[in-house]
Amino acid sequence: MIDRLQQWLPRLVLAPSFIVILLFVYGFIAYTGVLSFTDSKMLASYDFVGFENYAKLFGLTNWKTALVNLAIFATLYIVICSVVGLLIAILLDQKIRAEGLLRPIYLYPMALSFIVTGTAWKWFLDPGIGLENIMHLWGWDSFSFTWIKDRDFAIYTLVIAAVWQSSGFVMAMFLAGLRGVDNEIIRAAQIDGATGIRIYTRIIVPMMRPVFLSAFVVLMHLAIKVYDLVIAMTGGGPGRATEMPATFMYSYTFTRNQMGIGATSAVIMLMMIFAIVVPYVYSELSRGGRR
Amino acid sequence: MAFVRKLALGGAVAALMGTTSVASAAEQVEVLHWWTSGGEAAALNVLKEDLAKKGVEWLDMPVAGGGGEAAMTALRARVTAGNPPTAVQMLGFDIKDWAKEGALGNLDEVATAEGWDAVIPGALQEFSKYDGHWVAAPVNVHSTNWVWINKAALDATGLGVPANWDELVAVLDKMKENGITPLAHGGQAWQDATIFDAVVLSMGNDFYKRSMIDLDPAALNSPEMVEVFNRMTKLRSYVDDNFSGRDWNLASAMVINNEAGMQMMGDWAKGEFLKAGKVPGTDFVCIRFPGTQGSVTFNSDQFAMFNVTDADAKAAQAKMASSVEDPVFQSAFNVVKGSVPARTDVPDTDFDDCGKKGIADLAEANGNGGLFGSMAHGHAAPAAIKNAVYDVVTAQFNGEYDAETAAAELANAVAEAQ
Amino acid sequence: MSGGTSQDVAIRGNTVTRIIIHVVLFLFAVYYLLPLWVMLVNSVKPLDEIRGGNMIATPQHWTFEPWLQAWSQAQIGVQATGLKPYFLNSIMMVVPAVAISTILGALNGYVLTKWRFKGDGIVFAMLLLSCFIPFQIVLIPMARVLGVLGLAGTIPGLVLVHVVYGLGFTTLFFRNYYAAFPTELIRAAQIDGAGFFRIFFRILLPSSAPIIVVSVIWQFTNIWNDFLFGASFSDVDSVPMTVALNNLVNSSTGVKEYNVHFAGAILAALPTLIVYVLSGRYFVRGLMAGAVKG
Repeated sequence: MIDRLQQWLPRLVLAPSFIVILLFVYGFIAYTGVLSFTDSKMLASYDFVGFENYAKLFGLTNWKTALVNLAIFATLYIVICSVVGLLIAILLDQKIRAEGLLRPIYLYPMALSFIVTGTAWKWFLDPGIGLENIMHLWGWDSFSFTWIKDRDFAIYTLVIAAVWQSSGFVMAMFLAGLRGVDNEIIRAAQIDGATGIRIYTRIIVPMMRPVFLSAFVVLMHLAIKVYDLVIAMTGGGPGRATEMPATFMYSYTFTRNQMGIGATSAVIMLMMIFAIVVPYVYSELSRGGRR
Repeated sequence: MAFVRKLALGGAVAALMGTTSVASAAEQVEVLHWWTSGGEAAALNVLKEDLAKKGVEWLDMPVAGGGGEAAMTALRARVTAGNPPTAVQMLGFDIKDWAKEGALGNLDEVATAEGWDAVIPGALQEFSKYDGHWVAAPVNVHSTNWVWINKAALDATGLGVPANWDELVAVLDKMKENGITPLAHGGQAWQDATIFDAVVLSMGNDFYKRSMIDLDPAALNSPEMVEVFNRMTKLRSYVDDNFSGRDWNLASAMVINNEAGMQMMGDWAKGEFLKAGKVPGTDFVCIRFPGTQGSVTFNSDQFAMFNVTDADAKAAQAKMASSVEDPVFQSAFNVVKGSVPARTDVPDTDFDDCGKKGIADLAEANGNGGLFGSMAHGHAAPAAIKNAVYDVVTAQFNGEYDAETAAAELANAVAEAQ
Repeated sequence: MSGGTSQDVAIRGNTVTRIIIHVVLFLFAVYYLLPLWVMLVNSVKPLDEIRGGNMIATPQHWTFEPWLQAWSQAQIGVQATGLKPYFLNSIMMVVPAVAISTILGALNGYVLTKWRFKGDGIVFAMLLLSCFIPFQIVLIPMARVLGVLGLAGTIPGLVLVHVVYGLGFTTLFFRNYYAAFPTELIRAAQIDGAGFFRIFFRILLPSSAPIIVVSVIWQFTNIWNDFLFGASFSDVDSVPMTVALNNLVNSSTGVKEYNVHFAGAILAALPTLIVYVLSGRYFVRGLMAGAVKG
């Protein structure tokens, strides 16, 4: 009796989480899928219209803009965050005495939401009151930095603020990875006469493949979900130049009262997310299996 | 685990008890709104205190952001959860949409007893009534076709107050010569659309009605509309380089601080001028957008009353509706807010010059059929169409389309959103 | 040494190299501190100085009035209460939500690594994938469920929501952490007759401090900073801090008092900032031990 209980206990413990996730995540995803085939407007409706919403969605200029923006944003954001994060982590790993002071400075942006920091960034990037103005006040009159006002460049200012927020977190991941590398391996390389930079490029960085992977997944999902940042900094403007899939979905679902199209865009977003994450999960699992 | 479950269960029980105890309390109104800034909230406090005198407790539920967008999202969650607030601040077509869902209550009793039909302009009733029944109590009328001009900057041009498009262009040109930014503007879709509204209206009442209210494709893609977009391009040339994304009140500040000549914005901008200690008539002038004198595009904040079943809650709701339409509140609130009363029989004694002009203009427009819902502020067409218009207007204003393409795109976008 | 140990083999450079490293690190610190600096200096300036002046300059006239305003006097809705009353709401929401999701995550991680059964991989995959769901899509169905459960507009309702959407992360953290924990110890304890919970509480939990820190930091920050759920699922007496802050800074047609806004923003962010600064060193150690293990 007790043995049987012991046997079932693990499953019982896991069950509440499993059921909750099944309903609140997968159930809701299925529901969104259903809505994407209906003509829901302000509230959900169940008049099915087939693939009409999908056809409409891909005819919308805003959606095309959102996809292109996401491609630009995600690429730059992931690459720059990883490079900056790795660079700082390596530099910080050089027995820097001030590490205890510097690390929280690099990390704290992750603790703040863009409701808090959005205004500060918006001001700083605004040519009239921010960086450009400051440079002019300091006497550098020809200095010009008007990206946030420019349809073709505003998306890059989002990258600047987004990198600011997440690169410290990525740094922490890399730092943790660096500290986890076995000292013996490095010592052996040193005995072979390898120099500092070579040790990093040839030995340590390649060993951190799993960290890169974790960082990639974390950053990618943050990039696809990016919402607060856009609203706080540009509100999707100038014009509609910085529209992103998440802002698109929110505005169609909640402010434009075209819930059907909003749900359709959500389905496409989910498909993109899963396309990226499922292989990662698969590799996680097969790794677990080896243990 | 058992501990966790107990904890969760305890929480749930406490919550249930919490909700029942709230529901059984005396008469209450829970009000969802987005009037959170100092002046607005203070004005709303007048209503709260009035209700307190009548024994009705005010439960405040503010959700600011995006001109009510965040509040509308919260509302949808609340209604879906079966937990709607008693009264919700709402604009234009949102009221119609909620009424269509059968979510709103009925205010006929109060409205008949107090004779709302006679004193609230028909254009407002269009939104306050659904299917012949009162569902919402209008608080104010904002008119959106105002221009706020810096008096000193205007005097410096040596020209008078512009009365038509050509005179406006002349004044703007002169201001540019004088070395200031002629037009203070914030490049956000709704602000672009606010100017667009006024320009469309300046092409005549009939054209505004056909294009913005009736959404006639022949009017949307027409030579007049091309002219409208040409004028938008012209206005764009008077804006500083740094306009994009600027909040409207920062644009007002430019006019206040003599950096800019004028701003085209709804009557809420007046609050900024007054707060800065400026006096209407001596420091700044308020005029209707040149060519729209006698007509008004409006948006009206209303309290939509949700369907409540409880008798106490119904009584509280009726009391609130009655307080909202009380002429004393209407005057007190609108003096602070910059808007004009939603009923036509409120004396204008407490209002400043611009407020008096606003009240007179509204009465005139109401009399001659020139009172129209504003497209930019959700009173001409439903949200989907409004946003489709935003898309085109803001894209054109930012130089993505030329005037002809914009007119064609406008007709397209409106058709697609319908 | 805090946060794990530095490698013995740093880039061996001369003094010049080390100076360059320090300069680069310092410049990055400036980049990260800039927005906080902007918020700080402008929160102690009078409004007219903000309008006219240099946004990164220190104030000519210092004033702490905005801080007082934001904390206890500013108009949040009809009431001029400042942010003070909402602070408690947030605490009452965050503490149970973080605790429950961390405990459940730990138990899940324990089962998924030490009590494996057929199909556990699928369960883990589903939990993991749930981390990536965009929250906007769950808003409406979640509202319905909360309504049915009678939890709409209550703090327990918000706790439930945050627990559900945090489970994936906490489970991931603990699973990776416990995966590295020697299974032999568990087996030995079993042979000694220790049961499921005994093993968990006596053997695994005492050595879980680093990963608990990671989980708590992660959950605390995410839940404290959440706006979407807070705005949609709260009621008069359960409004969290971020929603109040948003009401303070985001009024649409009113005068904007930027100094009060910045002061309020810093106040709202203070708890998360403190958590990060205090536990930053354990954070890296915890990540090292669990989250990024290869």
